[in-house]
Amino acid sequence: MKDPTTVPASEGAEPQDDLITRYKAQSPASEAWRMFRRNIPALAGTVMLAIIVLATLYGTFLYNGDPFDIVWAPHEPPGATADFPLGTDYLGRDLLAGILTGGGPTLAVGAAAAAITMLIGITLGALSGFYGGWVDNLLMRFTEFFQVLPALLFAMVLVTLFSPSLWTIAIAIGVVSWPQTARLTRAEFLKIKELEYVTAARAIGARNKRIIWTVILPNAMPPLIVSATLTIGVAILFEAGLSFLGLGDPNVMSWGLMIGANRDYILDAWWPVTFPGLAIFFTVFSVSLIGDGLNDAFNPKLRER
Amino acid sequence: MNSSYLLRRIGYGLVLMLCVVILNFLLIRLAPGDPAMVIAGEMGGATEEMLESIREEYGLNKPVLTQLAIYVGNVARGDLGQSFFFDQPVASLIAQRVGPTILLVIVAQVLSIVIGVVLGVLAARKPNGLMSGFVSVFATIGYAVPVFWTGIMLIILFASILPIFPVEGMQSVRLRDAGPLAKALDIAHHLVLPAFTLAIIYLAQYARLSRASMLEVLGSDYIRTARAKGASQRSVLFKHALRNAALPILTVAGLQFGNLISGALLVETVFNWPGMGRLAFDSILRRDYPTIMGVLFFASAMVVVANLLTDLSYRLADPRLRGK
Repeated sequence: MKDPTTVPASEGAEPQDDLITRYKAQSPASEAWRMFRRNIPALAGTVMLAIIVLATLYGTFLYNGDPFDIVWAPHEPPGATADFPLGTDYLGRDLLAGILTGGGPTLAVGAAAAAITMLIGITLGALSGFYGGWVDNLLMRFTEFFQVLPALLFAMVLVTLFSPSLWTIAIAIGVVSWPQTARLTRAEFLKIKELEYVTAARAIGARNKRIIWTVILPNAMPPLIVSATLTIGVAILFEAGLSFLGLGDPNVMSWGLMIGANRDYILDAWWPVTFPGLAIFFTVFSVSLIGDGLNDAFNPKLRER
Repeated sequence: MNSSYLLRRIGYGLVLMLCVVILNFLLIRLAPGDPAMVIAGEMGGATEEMLESIREEYGLNKPVLTQLAIYVGNVARGDLGQSFFFDQPVASLIAQRVGPTILLVIVAQVLSIVIGVVLGVLAARKPNGLMSGFVSVFATIGYAVPVFWTGIMLIILFASILPIFPVEGMQSVRLRDAGPLAKALDIAHHLVLPAFTLAIIYLAQYARLSRASMLEVLGSDYIRTARAKGASQRSVLFKHALRNAALPILTVAGLQFGNLISGALLVETVFNWPGMGRLAFDSILRRDYPTIMGVLFFASAMVVVANLLTDLSYRLADPRLRGK
């Protein structure tokens, strides 16, 4: 955003030592990128996530197999046959094929749900924080109401009532997780709307709509981007939980479904539940490493904590 | 604390509950299909007479607002409807299950706060020390592990490798005629794994939060004064600093309650814990809507009460808020 009204995100923060000597006027985004690049855990998370996404997108080209097909004896341990490196589940279905195809729905639902969460949360939070007064009051009571509903239970009810498909699941997760984003957006708007460049924008005749979306929102983005990253992680865990309970789309293989399907046989074979769980863990772990890295990059002041 | 504030808070809680009831009502009607059919459930194999009696009971032939009034009236009298699968009033089904859930949730909450805060305070002694590193790594890992999977892994570990804790249910059948103490110990024994599984996620978050909160407080002037007076490290950490650092922890603990109930739902399913989560899961599989809606209502009520209690304890803990 090359708006003259934009200020660096790190305003008020103490510049790093090397920034003092080499400081050039930089856009907040490229400054954040410089910080992110030097953060080893965040880079590791990025690489890890890239590998997982590539494996779910293209893994099936290298390793063929239908995760629903019964191809071998049940409960073949991992490594016992070269054909099925991760072994087979209680029906004799190929686990590696399940892991490779099962990531698709999990990641897609996670991303879609996070997008829906951000859309609802940012819109309501922005209106609430900007207009204040009765709008704020009404929207915040609405938000509090949604925070009272236990999210997973409410999502389960929604999915059951409106038949489980990937879209219903994504919408259900979005509908239950937006309140925190709304509160965060509202807090940022309350803070930013008092700043001078907003008054300046108003003085040159900008209307409310323009001030909300092109003056305040871009400057409220850094914490919202961090929160969006964490939301993806939470949404992935949600999807996994719903599929584990058997409330996912039954025609699509997913990591949560693999764990749920095999859970009655965990004492006979550990591997059919262990590998999909590790896949979920590493996905969410990589996403949260990226989130922490972004947080540090946008708020250098908070790094010591 | 003045009583008008308390009354206002309770009134607000009741309004929230009314909203949950209205939401339940709307959900049943927004769902595709005949509401009577939805209420009877697909597994119920509802006959035409049953459907007729449901229409009668819920007043489905009457205008929508009248229907809503009937529904709200029923809930206010404690009548959450009839479960067609269990063939019992929903209210009594929930009454049987609510105890185990509250036990699980509260024990997990206490475990996670106590262990989390101790870890966080110890980490705050040295912001770049080993303990601090452990807390941040542990918090990131704890956040990323699916809670049901932790449970399954613990079951595998404790069922086959280290059989010291029971991995299923809440009570041993063989102790049915035992005395109350033996029974209580038995339940505590069964509680270890589910409570710990549920506590792990939040424990990590409390550890990270209390570390950050402590670091902020430890930089303030009155801590320097306390040290200058010669107060011991332990007294500074746990007496002077923790009291002020505890406020954000209390806020988060209140907000976490809803998530804790969601988590309990998965944990109960994994460990066969006979609580409301297990009931919700069973009734969702059977499409037993009156039970599902009853559980949603009751779980939300628990969150409302928890929020109210947090709010009140916050006022007790922070003298600045008293009388406002």
